[in-house]
Amino acid sequence: MPMDARDIETMIKAALPDAQVEIKDLAGDGDHYAATVTSPAFKGKSRVQQHQMVYAALQGRMGGALHALALTTQAPDN
Amino acid sequence: MTDARQVIDNEVKSNDVVLFMKGTPQFPMCGFSGQVVQILNYLGVPYKGVNVLEDETIRQGIKDYSNWPTIPQLYVKGEFVGGCDITREMFQAGELQQLFTDKGIAVQQTA
Repeated sequence: MPMDARDIETMIKAALPDAQVEIKDLAGDGDHYAATVTSPAFKGKSRVQQHQMVYAALQGRMGGALHALALTTQAPDN
Repeated sequence: MTDARQVIDNEVKSNDVVLFMKGTPQFPMCGFSGQVVQILNYLGVPYKGVNVLEDETIRQGIKDYSNWPTIPQLYVKGEFVGGCDITREMFQAGELQQLFTDKGIAVQQTA
């Protein structure tokens, strides 16, 4: 059951309340998205840890309902 | 330790660079796996490809091993480096080349 971009954003923000989330639908099939997530919670964390935080927010859907999520994570510059 | 975990542990520890992927380096079966293969080939780094499609227990086991939900997965000197996004990001930033050099792994091309 593919996911909707809004669901992805809602789930990420539920786990990372102060995150800014930008989602692009890559294929229009509900299965391939690109997301850029910016959150102070990423500060001091490695890329792998940052991505794992986002995957945890998606509660196991990553790699299942959500086949592809090209993910870019960053802490805000300030 | 389960069989799959033992097999994975052994692969990760007995090869400097290991790519758990869908398909083989010669015939990647997924765009994301293919991207990492292209990066490694471009850098001319010797690596071992493990085709997770051949064994469902490895395909699931690797996700548990690294707490990472997708394939491909790149390991260097026993450490999980990342999936396709992170490997590409590191490559573009020159960090992947630095990682290999730091770990004493010969890199032919330093883009």
